[in-house]
Amino acid sequence: MNVLARTTTSFARSSIGKKIIVALTGIPLLLFLPGHLAGNLLVFVGPDAINEYGLWLHNLGHGAAVWVARAGLLAVFAIHVIVTIQLTRQNKAARPAYAHPGTIQASRSSRIMIWSGLTILAFVIYHILHFTARVGNDFGGAAYKTTVHGEPAHDVYKMMIDGFSWAPASIFYMIALTLLCSHLSHGFASVFQTLGLRSAKTEGLIKFLGWAYALVIWLGFLSIPVAIWIFGYGR
Amino acid sequence: MSLVLDSKVPPGPLDQKWSQHKINSALINPANKRKFTILVVGSGLAGGAAAATLSELGYKVKCFCYQDSPRRAHSIAAQGGINAAKNYQNDGDSVFRLFYDTIKGGDFRSREANVYRLAEVSANIIDQCVAQGVPFAREYGGLLDNRSFGGAQVKRTFYARGQTGQQLLLGCYQALEKEIRRGGVEMFPQTEMLDLVVADGHAKGIITRDLRTGQIDAHVADAVILATGGYGNAFYLSTNAMGCNVMAAYRAHRRGALFANPCYTQIHPTCIPVSGDYQSKLTLMSESLRNDGRIWVPREKATAEKLRQGAIEPREIAEEDRDYYLERKYPSFGNLSPRDIASRSAKEVCDEGRGVAPTGKGVFLDFRDAIERDGAEAIKARYGNLFQMYEKIHGDDPYATPMQIYPAVHYTMGGLWVDYDLMSNIPGLHVLGEANFSDHGANRLGASALMQGLADGYFVIPATIANYLATQTPGSVTASHPEFKRCKEQVRDRIATILQVRGRRSVDSFHRELGTTLWDHCGMERNREGLQKALKEIPRIRDEFWENVAVPGNASELNQELEKAGRVADFLEFGELLCHDALHREESCGGHFRTEYQFTADDEEVRDGRTQPGEAKRDDTHFTYVAAWEFTDVGKRPTLHKEPLHFEEVTPSIRSYK
Amino acid sequence: MNLTLKVWRQDGPNDKGRIETHEARDIPEEASFLEMLDIVNEGIITGGGAPIAFDHDCREGICGTCSLTINGVPHGPDRGVTACQLHMRRFRDGDTIWIEPFRAHAFPVLKDLVVDRSAFDRIIAAGGYVSVRTGAAPDAHAIPVEKENADAAFDAATCIGCGACVAACKNASAMLFVSAKASHLNHLPQGEPEKHRRVLGMVRQMDEEGFGNCTNQYECEAACPKSISVDNIALLNRNYAAATAHEAAVAP
Repeated sequence: MNVLARTTTSFARSSIGKKIIVALTGIPLLLFLPGHLAGNLLVFVGPDAINEYGLWLHNLGHGAAVWVARAGLLAVFAIHVIVTIQLTRQNKAARPAYAHPGTIQASRSSRIMIWSGLTILAFVIYHILHFTARVGNDFGGAAYKTTVHGEPAHDVYKMMIDGFSWAPASIFYMIALTLLCSHLSHGFASVFQTLGLRSAKTEGLIKFLGWAYALVIWLGFLSIPVAIWIFGYGR
Repeated sequence: MSLVLDSKVPPGPLDQKWSQHKINSALINPANKRKFTILVVGSGLAGGAAAATLSELGYKVKCFCYQDSPRRAHSIAAQGGINAAKNYQNDGDSVFRLFYDTIKGGDFRSREANVYRLAEVSANIIDQCVAQGVPFAREYGGLLDNRSFGGAQVKRTFYARGQTGQQLLLGCYQALEKEIRRGGVEMFPQTEMLDLVVADGHAKGIITRDLRTGQIDAHVADAVILATGGYGNAFYLSTNAMGCNVMAAYRAHRRGALFANPCYTQIHPTCIPVSGDYQSKLTLMSESLRNDGRIWVPREKATAEKLRQGAIEPREIAEEDRDYYLERKYPSFGNLSPRDIASRSAKEVCDEGRGVAPTGKGVFLDFRDAIERDGAEAIKARYGNLFQMYEKIHGDDPYATPMQIYPAVHYTMGGLWVDYDLMSNIPGLHVLGEANFSDHGANRLGASALMQGLADGYFVIPATIANYLATQTPGSVTASHPEFKRCKEQVRDRIATILQVRGRRSVDSFHRELGTTLWDHCGMERNREGLQKALKEIPRIRDEFWENVAVPGNASELNQELEKAGRVADFLEFGELLCHDALHREESCGGHFRTEYQFTADDEEVRDGRTQPGEAKRDDTHFTYVAAWEFTDVGKRPTLHKEPLHFEEVTPSIRSYK
Repeated sequence: MNLTLKVWRQDGPNDKGRIETHEARDIPEEASFLEMLDIVNEGIITGGGAPIAFDHDCREGICGTCSLTINGVPHGPDRGVTACQLHMRRFRDGDTIWIEPFRAHAFPVLKDLVVDRSAFDRIIAAGGYVSVRTGAAPDAHAIPVEKENADAAFDAATCIGCGACVAACKNASAMLFVSAKASHLNHLPQGEPEKHRRVLGMVRQMDEEGFGNCTNQYECEAACPKSISVDNIALLNRNYAAATAHEAAVAP
C-alpha cells in the first residue's frame, strides 16, 4: 500500500478522521437546505414562478446538473449517515451506563443527534419517494403536466398544494422539520468545532449563527405545510 | 561497634569538587550499560527523573510506585517554585549565594560539598525542564519570570503559577513515559516495596506487593534506588498525600541502612486549621499569602474565647485589641519571618489561650489592610485561586473575614544516610530526594525541595551510580539467592500476622493516636520530658496495634486497609526513632526546637543584639554532626553513628531575623 | 447531618457489581466528601464489614487520583473542583447521594469505586512528551516563548489526568485529555518539531484503548476540575488534519 492510501485509510478509521468526514459531509447538506428552501418558497409567489424554477432546474446543463446534484447530495448524505452510525455504535460500546445518570451542560439537541438524524433519514426517504420518485401517488400523471412559456413542464405548484393537503404528510413533515432544526442547531456549531475553526472567542457567535440558521430553515420550510394544510393556501 | 561513615566528599576546592569528581568517576561503556538492571522505587521528581535518565543512558530500569500512575507522585502538590542560580534578574545571585543561603537556611547542619553541588546543577535543571516543555511563567519579552520566595533577598525562584511541582513532575513523567514506550523502563504502578533484599552485603533487589492482586514478587537487580519521599505522615495529619509513607526507607533501615537526622522535620506555618477528629489531612495555603496578609490574634484571652464561641466577629475587634505578634516581635521581617519562627509563634499564642479557630488552634491571616491599600481586584489577581480554595474548604470568604491558619507538618529533612555519590552505607542502595538526608540540613528553604529532587534524579545519580556499578558484575546475584526466598517469606508472614489479628480498632485510629502523640511531644517544640513520655507511649500504641487492629479482607485482593496497616505498622516503629533522635540532640536548630535550648535575655548574644530571646540555640561544639542511626531491634534504642560536619568555606553564624 | 448513600460495590474486575445502600450518620458539615466516606468506612470496619474501596491520595485537588461520580456527575455538583475538595456543607441533611465509579470501558473497575486508568499513561507514552535527553538542553533563555503561547500551554497543562472528562462524556471520549496534552506541547516552540508525530501517535493510541468519539457536547469541560477548555479539542482536530496531510505529503 502506498503512503497516500495508508494515510487515507488510517484517517478514515480514526475517531477524529471520522468526525471530520461527518463535518465535511454536513457542509454541503447545510448549504443545500437554504437553496432548496428558497426554491420552495416560490410557491408563495405563484404557480408560474415555482413551475418556471422547476423547469429551469431540470434544464440546467442540458438536464445533467440536477442529476449530478442529486447523485452528489445522495452520496454525501449516505456517507454522513453511515459514518455517524459507525461512530454512534463505537460510542455506545465505549460507555457502560450509570445507575444514576446526570447531565451538566450538554444541550438536548446534542444528546438526541442520532435520533433526530435517523428521523431525518426516514423523512428524506419518504420525501424523495413522495415528491421525486412520486411513488404511491399520481404526481407524475397527466394531471400534473403544465406548460411554462409554452414549454411542457411539471406542475410543481399543484403537486405541493395537493401533497400538503393530506394531513399525515404534513404532520410527518412538520415533526421531521422540527427535529431537523434541532439537528442543525448542534450540527452547524459542530462543524466549526470538528474542523478546528471554533475558539472560546467565537463560541458565542457560532452558537448564535447555528440557532439563527436552524430557526430560519425551520420557519421557512414549516411555513409551506402550515399555509397549505392549516390555512388552506392554494386549495 | 561504630561504623565509619565515609562521606566520600572529593578533595579539592569546593567549586571544583563536582566537576573533578565527574572526571574521576568510573564510566561504563554503552554495550555494558544494558546489562545492568537498576530498580527505582518511587516516581516523583527524584525517582521519575532518575528512571528516565538512567534509561536514556542505556541501563535497564524497573520503576515502582504505589500510585496508579507515576504522574500522581506527591511532588505534584508543590506549589511555590524551584530555585536556580541563573541570575537572570541580574540581582547579584550566584551559585555561591544559593549555596550559602541553603546551608545557612539549614542552620549549618548539612554537608558543604553536597549543598554546593546542588546549587551548581540548579541551573541545568531549569534548562532541562524548559526543553521538556514545562510552562514556566514568562514575561512579555518571552523570557522566564522569577520571584523571590521564602524571604530570599534575590529573585531566583522559577514558577508555574501555583502549580510548579505539578508542571515539573509532568515534564519528568512524560520523559519517563517516553522511555517506557521505548522499552528502557518497565513501569510497575500500584506496586509497593515491602522489603529490601541485601545479598552478600549488597542491595540487590526488593520484594513488592501488587496492590491490585496482592501478588508478592521479588525483583533482582544490580543496584537499588529509593526515591520514596519523606515521613511527614508519621504525624498522621500533615500536608502529605494520604499514601505517603516511610515503609521503603524504614524497611531499608531495618536491613542495615542508617537513618540520619530524623528529628529535622519542617512545620509549615500557613495551613488550614484542623476542624475535627474526622480530619484526614491538612491543606497547605501557599506561603506567598504572607506577602500581603497580616497575622494576628486578639490581645486578650477573653476576646479570643468570645470569637471561638461565635459571640463576636473578627471584624468587630478594634485595632488596639489586636496583637500582630510577628510584626511586634520581629519588626524587620514581620509576617515574612522564617517558617519555624512563624510556626512556633502561632503555637505560643494559641497555648496562651488566644487562638481563634473553634478548636483554639488557629490564628488570623488578615487581608483587610491589603484590600484597602491595593483594592480587592489586585488581591484577587494575586491570590484569587487560593482564596477560592480556602473558601471551598473552610466555608468563610477571605475577602470579608480573615483567614484562619495554623502550622502543619510539611517536609522532612532527615532521611537515609548517603555519601557524596548518594549511596547509603549498604553498597548498591542509593537514596534520592526527600528520602535522603543530604542537602537541607536542619531546615529547608522554600523552593528547594523540587530543586533537590530533580538535581538528584537528572544530574547526580546518573553520574555517580557508575562508581558502584563499575565494581559489580552485571547479574551477579539472581533470584535463586536464598536471601530472596527468605525475604519473600518474611513479607508474607508479616502480612499474614496483620490479617490474623482481626481486632476491633481501625488502622486509622492507631495512626491518629500515634500522630497526636508525635505532634504533642515531638512536633513544633520538643523537650526532654515530653520526648521521654512519647517514647513510653509509642510502644504501648504499637503493642495494642498488633493485638487489636481490625484489617478486613484478605491478602490476595485490592485491600486498602491492609496497605494502610503495613504503613502504619512501620510508622509505629519509626516514631520511636524520631523521638530518640530528637531526645539525643540537645540543641535547637532549624526544624528541631528544644524548649530547653533557646536564647534568653541573659545570654550575651541577646544583650549585644546578635539575636533575640526565644531564638533557637545551636550547640556547635557538641552537635556539628550528622546523627546516623543503626537499627538494633524493635523497641530497642538504635545505635548512634556520627558523621562530623566540617565547614571550610562558610562559618556557622547565629541567625537573626529581628 | 444524616445521609443515605447509594454506593456501587464490585468485588473485583470480573464481578457484576451492584448498588448498595449505606447510612451515613452524624456527618459534620465541615468534613470533606472523602472524609465522610472515611467515617462510613470506620463504621463498616469496626462492624466487621468490608469497607468501600475508593481512590484518593493528595486530597487537595492536584494528584488526580480521586474518581467518584456523585449523583451522576464526576467529582460532584461543584464546578472546577475534584471530589476531594467537595465538602459536605454542599449537601442537605437527609439527602440521598449516589456514588459510582468513573464509568468507561477503557477504565475497567478494579474494585468498588476504584478504576484502572492506565490507558491515559499509554496515551502519553504514545507521544505526549518532548524528546530531549537529560543534559542535552540549551540554555533556558535560548528560545523565547511568546507569553500568550506560554499561557495557553499552561492552561492546557493544568490537566491532572483524573479522567473526569471521560466519565462525564456520554461516549466516554478521551478527547479533552488528549487534546490538553497535545495543546500544551504544541503551543511551545520546544514541542514544535514533534507536533505531527505526537498528534498522530496519541490519537491512534486513544482509539486503540476503546474510548468513544467526541460529539461536541462539552460535558467534559463542565466536569473538568481544572476547567480545561474544549478549545483544545478544536485545536487537536485541526492539528490532526494537518498531521495527516503532512504524513501523506512528507512521510516516506
